[in-house]
Amino acid sequence: MTGHRIGTRGLLDRSKTLSFRFDGKTYQGFQGDTVASALLASGVRIFGRSFKYHRPRGVWGAWFDDPNAIVDIKHGGVHYPNCQATMTQLVDGMEVRSVNAWPTAQKDLKGILDLAQRFMPAGFYYKMFMWPDWHLFEPMIRKMAGIGTLSADVQDDFEAAILHEHCETLVIGGGPAGLTAARAAAKAGKSVLLIDDHPDFGGSSYRYPNDAAEGPSYWVAEQLSAIEDAGGRVLSSTTAIGVYDHQAVSIVTDRGLGTAPVVRKLRPDNVIVATGAVDRPVTFSNNDRPGVMSLDAGAEFLARFGVLVGQQIAILSNRPDAHDVAAQLENAGAKVDLLDPKSDPAKAIGYRNLKGVRVAGHTYPCDTILASAGLTPLVHLWRHAGGKLDWDEGRQTFVPSTGPDWMRVIGGANGTYERSAVEEEARSAALNTSRPERHVYSISPLLPNTKNTEGRQWIDFQHDVTLKDVALAHRENMVSVEHLKRYTTLGMAGDQGKTSNIAGLAAMADLKGQRIPEVGTTTFRPPFVPVPLEAYRGASRDTQVAPLKRLTLEPEHRALGAALGEYGGWLRPAWYGGDDEQSAVASECKIARDAAAIMDGSALGTIEVIGPDARAFVNFVYYNTMSNLKPGRIRYGFMLTESGLVFDDGVIACVDETRFIISCSSSHADAVMAHLENWRQDSFDPDRVHIHDTTQNWSTVTIAGPKARAIVDALGVLDTLDDFAHMTLRFGAFEDVPARVARVSFTGDSSFEVSVPNSAAVRLWQRAIAAGKPHGAGPVGAEALVVLRAEKGYIIVGKDTEGETMPHDLGFGAPRLRKSAAFVGDRSLHTENANREDRKQFVGLSVEDGEPKLPIGAHIVTVQNGERRSLGYVTSSHDSPTLERPIALALVSGGLGAMGQPVEIYHMGKTRRATITPSCAFDTEGARIDA
Amino acid sequence: MQRFSCPFCGLRDEREFHFAGEAGKTRPDTTQDVSDKEWANYLFFCKNTKGPTREIWVHTTCQEYFIMERDSVTMEVLGTTAMRKDTA
Repeated sequence: MTGHRIGTRGLLDRSKTLSFRFDGKTYQGFQGDTVASALLASGVRIFGRSFKYHRPRGVWGAWFDDPNAIVDIKHGGVHYPNCQATMTQLVDGMEVRSVNAWPTAQKDLKGILDLAQRFMPAGFYYKMFMWPDWHLFEPMIRKMAGIGTLSADVQDDFEAAILHEHCETLVIGGGPAGLTAARAAAKAGKSVLLIDDHPDFGGSSYRYPNDAAEGPSYWVAEQLSAIEDAGGRVLSSTTAIGVYDHQAVSIVTDRGLGTAPVVRKLRPDNVIVATGAVDRPVTFSNNDRPGVMSLDAGAEFLARFGVLVGQQIAILSNRPDAHDVAAQLENAGAKVDLLDPKSDPAKAIGYRNLKGVRVAGHTYPCDTILASAGLTPLVHLWRHAGGKLDWDEGRQTFVPSTGPDWMRVIGGANGTYERSAVEEEARSAALNTSRPERHVYSISPLLPNTKNTEGRQWIDFQHDVTLKDVALAHRENMVSVEHLKRYTTLGMAGDQGKTSNIAGLAAMADLKGQRIPEVGTTTFRPPFVPVPLEAYRGASRDTQVAPLKRLTLEPEHRALGAALGEYGGWLRPAWYGGDDEQSAVASECKIARDAAAIMDGSALGTIEVIGPDARAFVNFVYYNTMSNLKPGRIRYGFMLTESGLVFDDGVIACVDETRFIISCSSSHADAVMAHLENWRQDSFDPDRVHIHDTTQNWSTVTIAGPKARAIVDALGVLDTLDDFAHMTLRFGAFEDVPARVARVSFTGDSSFEVSVPNSAAVRLWQRAIAAGKPHGAGPVGAEALVVLRAEKGYIIVGKDTEGETMPHDLGFGAPRLRKSAAFVGDRSLHTENANREDRKQFVGLSVEDGEPKLPIGAHIVTVQNGERRSLGYVTSSHDSPTLERPIALALVSGGLGAMGQPVEIYHMGKTRRATITPSCAFDTEGARIDA
Repeated sequence: MQRFSCPFCGLRDEREFHFAGEAGKTRPDTTQDVSDKEWANYLFFCKNTKGPTREIWVHTTCQEYFIMERDSVTMEVLGTTAMRKDTA
């Protein structure tokens, strides 16, 4: 047994014993323990296996600075992958498993990988598995590497509350510096919020028992009550994950396993960063062995949890206060050797169990090594905020220099460790008086020795990066620190360089013959510690982000037994009656072709363009000429992007010289509005043309089919339907409200769109259904409509078009050649690319009699030099109930010039034949449209 | 999260805005000959200035386009101006 519980020290509630399992064995701990402290107290040393080499790993740090002890936890039937053992509060009954180890961390079969290490340097995967194809190796590698596994279970009610709050002074970190600053600021009348990521405030206080009889807990409690008495607020278990633009700070409160965090977003007037400092590992041979811990971890486990981490402890550190830690460990009963770490290279002896450390030719027996190459101030938040860093030769690390005037860094985070200096700095920050001089502090350098890469000296424990890997990256000409990071993966993942950064930079600097500040640091990015993704989502989900648009007629559709589905943000009837989509769609198609379809067309975007310049405006935003569109007439057209690509299609009606009504795709109305506003304000006088989205003010009942005219007649909206030609518009009245009727068709049959204000929608729908009944007409949903329009070869933008489709690819080439006025996208239609003959063009496809329909996405292929090449793909495919055969639409390279030609279709390993046809498969003469 | 000041609605959250383009870019007169190069310049090329920039943004909730001057390094907003002529 190495680690064990001693005396009565610590912040534990020793009256509450908790029982848990680790890798199948039962252990006990106390209320207030972390998973790591409870296991250490039980003598457990190996917490998991390393990421790449499967080396046994223990705990390095006591809190967020531990890169090794990552565990999977099951509790209450829920699986929590990749928890940091040092930060996870112990809960009774939890089931803990080491990750990346099988069957357990003690006996990991893949540990054999470690013996193959010389063949797996940095970049190994990149180099080795390039040929013939990385994807061949990926599944095997993914299984062996990586850490925890995700469970497919979804935990209900795991929703983070995201709150917006305010305070004048935010103090981050509740150690001696933060407590002092928060107290002073609160006393000076500021509204203060003090946060600390531990469940207990106090930070490093507990490591340094002061002389006062009451001890550190008393001092901490006194500060907290003074802060609260002065109106300040305190939040424990709360960490600042990032500082963002315009002075925004996100803080996340951990509420324990199974409960979603609370996220608070603030814009404080002042931020005081008192986040402390962490130990840097010493780079020596086998410095990743279980039992090699940071100096502060040794002190912290003793102070907070009453755990003495070893019985025979060797300290390898250049920190002047290493003596104090040694004294405390000795007091607690350990035998301690303070060794000179500079006489290189040290070497840890032992594999699973540490047996000793070899320093300067002498072997010291030990079961634990506490190492520190100095303290690294946690300057992450300062860097997020744009603060600069200076290299401090005395401290052998980077410290804050100039930066934003609203942020102050104090205490360990500023490289200030001496208690009275910390308190002076804290008060000065609280009262915003000028910054005190940084006190003198000097340690002897303890850097990686790149002249001696003997053995394996770890730089980054979490990603298994050694000194040799850094040297290799240098040899392979990775000149910048950002290259080094990407090539070796040093400083990635959860650690984010907290422990590995300085050693990595120092090694790089040494290899390049530069000073560390010349090498520079990588970028510090939020979040400071890993947080659940849920912290970024909260209530911003599903319909709370994009509320469903509901039809006025929804209750009518439900009453008719409609299956409702979401189409471009709208909840629309997909088909009516029964669960069998296929037969419902087939029978609705038949109704539409034999009698008439009665459809809810209200979701179609309706945008009015009004004003003296309305005509010039629509002529400019449409590909098609609109300058000669007469009042009462309707024209089909395209809107293009400035790149000449089809943006939307639809009809536009001219009401009079100053008023036009645009119909656009229902899913696209918001985007079309934004597009039109852009051009209105860019190229027109916005006082002379207005655009107005009326989609949600009107409801439209569309009646289409051979019996449509008779049904619309019965509605009495217009006095007469005589001479009411296709593509014209008329105004009338439905009962007591105004109505308009547009003769446009998306089915190819004679069609009438009757629009009324929402207040009359239900009456109109019911009248239409009743009037249709004797004719055999009935309600038709969106799925049947999609088939009906495909029979006619009418496109759906975004389905039958792609990100390269121009109007002439769809067979609409005339305006490109003839329209003389400027319009959006015009010049882009005459580039070399736009003129290519092998552009993907819109065509139909037919299959041999008796063949099934083609799969959507299947490729039309040609074989060149023995290689299969795609010429395009199927965009729409249906079994046409009207034609009693499959139909398909496709984008095919040069397709418009290849009518009647046979083509090869390739899909999922199978090849089929088809023939290129015109896109319109039904009523090709258009005889039905005016029937 | 940044905050921008819409000249019509005041200080609002970044999420309510869209970037529309760099200010000062004008559409070539396409009724005249426009070279490929000129058109490509207009369509694709931006100055992407490091430091103070002048850009057009739209406040999506009120739909008004306006000019925003800001520093692309510090993210400081230097000022916003309406594009509309004075209708007073």
